[in-house]
Amino acid sequence: MTLKNEPINREQNKKKYCRFRKLGIKYIDYKDPNFLLKFVNEQGKILPRRLTGNSAKFQRKVANAIKKARHLALLPYVTDGLK
Amino acid sequence: MFQRNYETVFILTPVLSDVQMKDTVDKFINLLKEEGADVINVENWGLKKLAYPIEKKNTGFYVMVEFKSEPTLIKKFELEMRRDEKIMRFLTTVLDKNALAYAVRRRKGEFNKKPETTKEEAAK
Repeated sequence: MTLKNEPINREQNKKKYCRFRKLGIKYIDYKDPNFLLKFVNEQGKILPRRLTGNSAKFQRKVANAIKKARHLALLPYVTDGLK
Repeated sequence: MFQRNYETVFILTPVLSDVQMKDTVDKFINLLKEEGADVINVENWGLKKLAYPIEKKNTGFYVMVEFKSEPTLIKKFELEMRRDEKIMRFLTTVLDKNALAYAVRRRKGEFNKKPETTKEEAAK
């Protein structure tokens, strides 16, 4: 069994950055569903940090904002084909 | 007296007539005013489609109220909201300095995709 190194997919492991720190956004508004849709997958579940690239502090804020938006029926709890 | 900034979003059932909706919104704003809170901004987002049915209804009349008040008032305010069956859902959040700065910028219409803000127009 020969060890063959697979091609490194440049696109996938590009350095992820926390968009909030980069843009200097301080507050994540729970009333703005369009922005929060970026952090939710098609079923409406919150995306993990390794996919969104957020820092821990802002991932918590995003999660809180999404839960508040769900409470106010701005975002669904579970659905399919959200995007 | 120690005052904090709060922001409440509540949803009214769509079955109400416009007059009833306006009265309910005014009722809560006046309740705040009587208790010494100063209402900074009232926004009627109007009839919006809900992401999931609440009380078997698929649309709701959203209202957002920004106000500054003593923390003790919130308990009474929310109790009143729970009693009123026209209100399907409400969420009160406290605004820290970042949230407050954001709210001020939002009121100025910087994120102009926001619906037009009616400054206490409903309270008149």
